[in-house]
Amino acid sequence: MTTLATHPFAAAAAAAEVTTADVVLWVVLPYLFLTVFVLGHVWRYRYDKFGWTTRSSQLYERRLLRWASPLFHFGILFVFLGHVLGLGIPKSWTRALGVSDGLYHLMAITIGTVAGVSTVVGLALLIYRRRTVGPVFRATTRMDKLMYLVLAVVIALGMWNTIAGSILNLGGHYDYREGVSVWFRGIFRFDLHPELMADAPLGFQLHGMAAMFLFALWPFTRLVHVFSVPLGYLWRPYVVYRAKARTTPGTRPPRRGWEGVQRPKEHVGPF
Amino acid sequence: MRVMAQMAMVMNLDKCIGCHTCSVTCKQAWTNRTGTEYVWFNNVETRPGQGYPRTYEDQERWEGGWTLNRRGRLQLKAGGRLKNLLTIFASPKQPSIDEYYEPWTYDYERLTSAPLQEHTPVARPKSLLSGQDMAVRWSANWDDDLGGAPALTQADPVLQKVSDKVKLEFEQTFMFYLPRICEHCLNPSCAASCPSGAIYKRSEDGIVLVDQDRCRGWRKCVTGCPYKKVYFNHRTGKAEKCTFCFPRIEVGLPTVCSETCVGRLRYIGLVLYDADRVLAAASEPDETKLLAAQRSVFLDPDDPEVQRAAEASGIPRDWVDAARRSPVWALIHRYEVALPLHPEYRTLPMVWYIPPLSPVVDVVRETGEDAEDRGNLFAAIEALRIPVEYLAELFTAGDVAPVTAVLRRLAAMRSYMRDISMGRDGDPSIPAAVGMSAAEMEGMYRLLALAKYDERYVIPTAHAEQAHSLEELATECALDYEGGPGMGGSGPFGEGSGRGFHNDPIAVENFHMLAQRQTTDTVADPATRKARVNLLNWDGKGVPPGLFPPRADEPGEGPGLREPDDAAAPAVVQPRPVGGAEAGPAGAGTEPRRDGGTP
Ligand code: SF4
Ligand code: SF4
Repeated sequence: MTTLATHPFAAAAAAAEVTTADVVLWVVLPYLFLTVFVLGHVWRYRYDKFGWTTRSSQLYERRLLRWASPLFHFGILFVFLGHVLGLGIPKSWTRALGVSDGLYHLMAITIGTVAGVSTVVGLALLIYRRRTVGPVFRATTRMDKLMYLVLAVVIALGMWNTIAGSILNLGGHYDYREGVSVWFRGIFRFDLHPELMADAPLGFQLHGMAAMFLFALWPFTRLVHVFSVPLGYLWRPYVVYRAKARTTPGTRPPRRGWEGVQRPKEHVGPF
Repeated sequence: MRVMAQMAMVMNLDKCIGCHTCSVTCKQAWTNRTGTEYVWFNNVETRPGQGYPRTYEDQERWEGGWTLNRRGRLQLKAGGRLKNLLTIFASPKQPSIDEYYEPWTYDYERLTSAPLQEHTPVARPKSLLSGQDMAVRWSANWDDDLGGAPALTQADPVLQKVSDKVKLEFEQTFMFYLPRICEHCLNPSCAASCPSGAIYKRSEDGIVLVDQDRCRGWRKCVTGCPYKKVYFNHRTGKAEKCTFCFPRIEVGLPTVCSETCVGRLRYIGLVLYDADRVLAAASEPDETKLLAAQRSVFLDPDDPEVQRAAEASGIPRDWVDAARRSPVWALIHRYEVALPLHPEYRTLPMVWYIPPLSPVVDVVRETGEDAEDRGNLFAAIEALRIPVEYLAELFTAGDVAPVTAVLRRLAAMRSYMRDISMGRDGDPSIPAAVGMSAAEMEGMYRLLALAKYDERYVIPTAHAEQAHSLEELATECALDYEGGPGMGGSGPFGEGSGRGFHNDPIAVENFHMLAQRQTTDTVADPATRKARVNLLNWDGKGVPPGLFPPRADEPGEGPGLREPDDAAAPAVVQPRPVGGAEAGPAGAGTEPRRDGGTP
């Protein structure tokens, strides 16, 4: 560990008995994947606005999609909210709000299970549909297939952790709010705790690792549509007007130095 | 008063011969790509008929357009904003591909590559979606010319409204053609339904466009548009719609559909309207008053007040002049013969129609009466409830009075102009009977019947200040464009992703498409999407490799129509027309050869 002595994470690494492997897995990789996630999106947005879409396949098939897609999407939305709560909010905060740990746990596993089951059922139906409906399968890219695989693994591991870890308490009780969550928040606060992940049960380790990999994959898949949630629609005026700009499709900006003659703005006002 | 200019169109239905030239040229120009095989920005449907996509006019089913909510406020028929967002994961009211039709090609290669056999090989239809054999059951104009009537025709939503009241007698059937493009509405419900705000109305000329870089494929616009004129490109995952050929309009050329219209029945011009009045007009509670409400939105470009306000709103002088000469304005306002399609959808559509008089004329003629006599025609318009009520359901939300008035004007013009073309003096009582002066009637005749090119199309060019950025006028060659468009093939994230599609000038895209078509099309093989001979793709220049079997003197591959090895066989196995190459009475090869020449 001598090389780590000058490393900024040395303090964290030295605080507990952590091996280099732990640091690589739970400190280096997360930052690496996070960087890919952020820069990947920036790059994709600049490089490929045209490809930034949900790539809906509703036109090909709608009977299955009508059930599967809302099941999956609403399920995963609740799962996401659950993760925001579970990973993002320290125990002390919910306690301060007067939510006892028992109540919290009960809510987490009931809502979590419903959301999880609808996500899994939805995803299973969607994958079944994708494989068996000819036109949908033909419209599936290689990236889609990889994404579906990783997504399915992440969700399956997450379900396993909920059922086996939190409900059935197989292999003893593990409170992720004291472990995984602290590690997770630490990533964003530069308060690094690789030892917490190293101590976590294998199911949580695998789920975390697979999820991080999914985040690294994210900008290069159709998942980018998540960042297009059109909430602004609720407030904007119904009809959008736009003046023909230089960047309107079908026109192009003039070359530098060839801009047309432009009248300077008229002077208004007393000064 | 907030004056805005709108590029609008009028179609004179009497002259449409249903040739579909407009549809085909539009397709050639705009939707001749993978993912848009089933898309017709311009389609021509036979009425009565189901239309394309089938029964799109049944808004109880498809929930397109606007409606008034309980408080009398304008709201999307498919529901409020929140409902719209919550149904984003599976749009509940979107027509499926069956309502359009499953696009197909034919396995042409079979015809030439099949081994010699007893039976003629057939080119089977292959689905362009699944690549599999398919049975062709429907298309964009399956019920063309009342094909499949009366069974198919009965499903026409417009006819169903009428036939409650009037028994449909199919012996006295009538029909006409209805060419349709996007209406470029003043109050577009497609734009209002788009969660991403990708559909916008251009403030200069009112053309409604989809920003391909902002569309996220939520497909809400497909539901929103009551005319079903936004389509989902199933390969790129983006919505596409009629563009009013804006690259042409910007330089003063008419749209492709208008330019190529065989009947020369389309008129393009500007109208000025007051944007502040749009909402009130669309919210008119009485559906039959919507026509009047929409007319009240327009501003008279001859009014000096309006001209001043237009100038204040930044509308250039020559645009106001063009609006004064606009044939569309003349047909809507001066002659009052144009009507909007389905005003009850409350989108304030801007492609208007002159309803056809021909169903009436045909009936009169069949009775052996003089079909140009004013009295006969006027009487027939009153008596023939079916066509008039049907037209009223299309153009005036069921109010027969405006339709009757238009038909009477057209009938009057017919009998008035007959006198003149017979060398007699025009009877001034005829125009007077329909509230027009003789000069007005002759002006209308000139516009409708003579229909000179430069009177049909009065299109002011986009402004010189912008000229440099307009591709067709660019002083540089429009093709010196870096890294030409990546047509065809898949980018890393699916069809058409990647830099190639970033902001390509359309002319450049078309140029590359054409070049590619001329050089790289191979035989029809739906298995690989890149290698397809879709005859629609072929512009007649050059020979796509693989369209014909290899010649006898070229080493061919596979069991084509090759010369057998037997040297005694004739050198050429190519069939010839019976008449040979000599000219017969009606051109080459029309007269059968008498000398028993073997084909
Ligand atoms: S007709 Fe055109 S402008 Fe009107 S709602 Fe439909 S797509 Fe939009
Ligand atoms: S080209 Fe003209 S005449 Fe032919 S179908 Fe189209 S609108 Fe009618």
